[in-house]
Amino acid sequence: MDTIAAISTATGNGGIGIIRLSGKETFEILNKVFVPKNEKKASGYTMKYGHIIDANKNIVDEVLVSYFYEPKSYTTENMCEINSHGGFVVERKILELCIANGAKLAEPGEFTKRAFLNGRIDLVQAESIIDLINSKSEKEARASINQLEGKLSKNINSIKANLLDLMADVEASIDYPEYDIEDVTNNKVLDALNTIESKLYNISNSFKNGKILREGIKTAIVGKPNAGKSSLLNTILNEERAIVSEIQGTTRDTIEEFVTIEGITLKLIDTAGIRNATDEIERIGVNKSKKIIKDAELVIAIFDGTRDLEEEDYEILELIKDKNAIIILNKADICDSKLDSNEKIINCHKNIIKMSAKNGDNIDKLYEQISRMYQINNIEVDDGDIITNIRHKQQIDEAIKSVEKAKETIYNGMPIDIIEIYLKQVLTELGKITGDDVSEDIINEIFSKFCLGK
Amino acid sequence: MSYYAGKYDIAVIGAGHAGCEAALAAARMGMKTLMFSISLEAVANMPCNPHIGGSSKGHLVREIDCLGGEMGKNIDKSYIQLKMLNTSKGPAVYSLRAQADRKKYQAEMKHTLEKQENLYIKQAEIVNITLENNKVKSIETNIGAIYDVDAIIVATGTYLKGKIFIGDTSFESGPDGVFPSNKLSECLKNLGVNLVRFKTGTPARINKKSIDFSKMEIQEGEKNIEAFSLEDEIDPSKEQLPCYLTYTNKRTHDIIKANLHRSPLYGGKIEGTGPRYCPSIEDKVVRFSDKERHQVFIEPMGENTDEMYVQGMSSSLPEDVQIEMYRTLPGLENAEFTRPAYAIEYDCIDPADLKLSLEYKKIDNLFFAGQTNGTSGYEEAACQGLIAGINASLKLKGKNPIILDRSQGYIGVLIDDIVTKGTNEPYRMMTSRAEYRLLLRQDNADLRLTEIGHEVGLISDERYNSFLKKKKNIETEIARIKKLTIKPTEEVNEFLEKHGSSKISAGVKLADLLKRTELNYKALSEIDNDRPLLTPAEAQEVEIQVKYEGYIKMQEEQVKKFKKLEDKHLSEDINYDEIKGLRIEARQKLNKVKPLSVGQASRISGVSPADISVLLIYLEQQRRK
Repeated sequence: MDTIAAISTATGNGGIGIIRLSGKETFEILNKVFVPKNEKKASGYTMKYGHIIDANKNIVDEVLVSYFYEPKSYTTENMCEINSHGGFVVERKILELCIANGAKLAEPGEFTKRAFLNGRIDLVQAESIIDLINSKSEKEARASINQLEGKLSKNINSIKANLLDLMADVEASIDYPEYDIEDVTNNKVLDALNTIESKLYNISNSFKNGKILREGIKTAIVGKPNAGKSSLLNTILNEERAIVSEIQGTTRDTIEEFVTIEGITLKLIDTAGIRNATDEIERIGVNKSKKIIKDAELVIAIFDGTRDLEEEDYEILELIKDKNAIIILNKADICDSKLDSNEKIINCHKNIIKMSAKNGDNIDKLYEQISRMYQINNIEVDDGDIITNIRHKQQIDEAIKSVEKAKETIYNGMPIDIIEIYLKQVLTELGKITGDDVSEDIINEIFSKFCLGK
Repeated sequence: MSYYAGKYDIAVIGAGHAGCEAALAAARMGMKTLMFSISLEAVANMPCNPHIGGSSKGHLVREIDCLGGEMGKNIDKSYIQLKMLNTSKGPAVYSLRAQADRKKYQAEMKHTLEKQENLYIKQAEIVNITLENNKVKSIETNIGAIYDVDAIIVATGTYLKGKIFIGDTSFESGPDGVFPSNKLSECLKNLGVNLVRFKTGTPARINKKSIDFSKMEIQEGEKNIEAFSLEDEIDPSKEQLPCYLTYTNKRTHDIIKANLHRSPLYGGKIEGTGPRYCPSIEDKVVRFSDKERHQVFIEPMGENTDEMYVQGMSSSLPEDVQIEMYRTLPGLENAEFTRPAYAIEYDCIDPADLKLSLEYKKIDNLFFAGQTNGTSGYEEAACQGLIAGINASLKLKGKNPIILDRSQGYIGVLIDDIVTKGTNEPYRMMTSRAEYRLLLRQDNADLRLTEIGHEVGLISDERYNSFLKKKKNIETEIARIKKLTIKPTEEVNEFLEKHGSSKISAGVKLADLLKRTELNYKALSEIDNDRPLLTPAEAQEVEIQVKYEGYIKMQEEQVKKFKKLEDKHLSEDINYDEIKGLRIEARQKLNKVKPLSVGQASRISGVSPADISVLLIYLEQQRRK
């Protein structure tokens, strides 16, 4: 049986978070991520103080770990509980380290399920375990559907399409060898795999700090017409690593865009769709901005650095005075900003970033600033989302591993039917995210692509 | 007037590929077995393509052979061309394929049936099945003979309410002019068996003397090749007949497009669902309109006939259109039809109503096998016939059925697929359906299945003993080459250089050298002086097992995980409505399929991982009670 891991405390608030491991290899995995101060073997029911370290031996958190040896544990398997104080970003990091070192993310209710199946919990409680499993599964399923609405599912489907295309070629040539289907060369497979791999890495990286929270930080981008609002919005939304989902706003003329940057989710208020700005829409004036600024938790105020400040700009500066705000001096690609030493701007005491919204120069500075401003520990989160998110990342990373194995198999000069084993694994992992039966996918693809048979 | 005709153990309805295997297996397992065919001239007929084997189907034939079935032996007696396909694509997908002498195949099989002890072949149509206490009791022929039987295997192929379509003409018929079986279809309905309508099609046959082969590519067979049955050897001196390849062209496609309205398929006259992998030429032209040409293979139907099969040109267009379009193909300008192409529609059951043993869930001792289960293909039919024959016999003997799982054979994959998921089109075996393809090779079918075949009594002691010897030879040889160190002598490095392999500077195990892609077992004999004498099959097995060891192990690990849930058995008596916590959809599906294991349950669409957890908890609850 696999060794499983999960964050077992409610995520979000709370001072302490516990990451739990259970299974045969619990301590092997723990030893890879935990450096105790006292290196003596811990006896059961004891705690040890020490540090969680990452792959580069950097300290991630200062923790206390409880040890439980089989059969004297909740699940009757080897278990440990890592008590972390770092807030959920750190908890999540610890969980990911455990997964990277061989643990599997626990299924909904799996600790309790194991406890029951191993005879630890009595029969009377069996039903409540089922309820627990069902409620957690449902929560995850819902979260998963939410997440899949956005760019993630588009990205995964595009990878699946690449893969199915390749596999249909391979399988059709195997199952219909007498037909003039071009044999798939190793180079063709390698090319396709490289494309797939880089797409998978893009997704995996987007998870790095990232989780999609349903309640992001309400963020408004304001500025006078032509200051570059829509350019900035589009630049943010088109970033490979930004996970974007679009939800119709409460009023007809706003769209809420969820975007995750450096692990922080912003709910961008896209007024009247500045994303698809035409001149007219860009002309939303200060009046509108006033209301938006008032509602927003974070304001990104954008000014045209090639021109001097005008009446409207002064108004905006006035409005953001008491808000969490970032000032952008835009169009740095055209000329040095004229506003560098503008007293009004300096007196606003906000962080100022010179950038080009159009070509994305210095957008990183904006992201850094946002992440510095938000101590995300304070945000209330639904753990269904986070778990789903980690599960998806785990599956994407498994898919990447299989791609690498497939490539290795090609380098080892193995025939196509063996390479195909790993291609199928990639597809299976992706299918787990999107919930499809992949064996039918391949067959459907073969018959939609090729014309075969008597 | 009806009369009582005696008591038998098992009756097999139908003498196609499924029926033949079922009847032989039952009779060989000591059952007093009846076999009915509407026409004994139609025994083991190949109403469509005259070939056996090919990708995944060759695997099925090997598996049939290793379980003690007849198909492999019969094609070994009647082939007219042999080929090993996919040799460059890896060991899992090597596939043997034969062109058959159709009449000879039939004659050989019929003779085998006739000679078989315990087997009674009758030419008759079955019109009625009687039950008693929901259990098979008797069977009645159209001539009024009533036989008492303990079990029945229905293997009616495309005969159940068969209807043939050629353009605007349609008539009730089985294949090749044999009567359809209409009354049985009604009888099954009355017994509560759900029937659905499927369709398939076949191309025209053409007289050889009207074909100009000089305009086609010739495709020869291979001489030094293995047989389908492990008990047979191929005579390399035997003359093989070639096939030919030609192509459709724009004119062909134009004729089809201009006449589509005359096709019963496009005109809506055919209601049955057809398979995507056997599209008619109309289908191909419509669905792949950008494709300028399609391949067409001209295949001989036998040594004593000049009829040729035209693979790739199945059609249900009117005969005049068929003739016109066939004649646009290079070499077929003057083609003379002997039989037109046609589509055939027939009744079949929903295979999800079967148990994995192929017994009908709701009627005791009633088994179904072959195309009537919604599959397509001779090999698919034959393997089901064999399993149904074995399991009907085992049931009468009071023993547990043989159920192959997905890691044991393509047969297991096939039956698990159709029974667990049902099928909405005729099901064809494909290698991509198998998760553990690398373990399900045709070369190791004996290692996977001989034990089972022997245990049920279909594999002779003699064959079993020679199998054990082979197995031992393989194991001993693998152990030897894993132990044997090859020293970096000049001779060895010369050998390596000659084969484009890097030289060694320290001792290397022979097995590790074998793992190098550029080296093989045969070549290595040069530097392996004390090699024991192995048969070619043994040597091949050693080579594959060593060369792909890492990958084979990986799949074996996957199988171990897979088996964990397969080993958690679910009783057929469970009422899933009573299990709290299962979602409604899961309850309905589980109650319909009645899976044998949690593993099988997990493959039912609509059963979620959470439902599986609930089932595991339920099982533990039951265990503790």
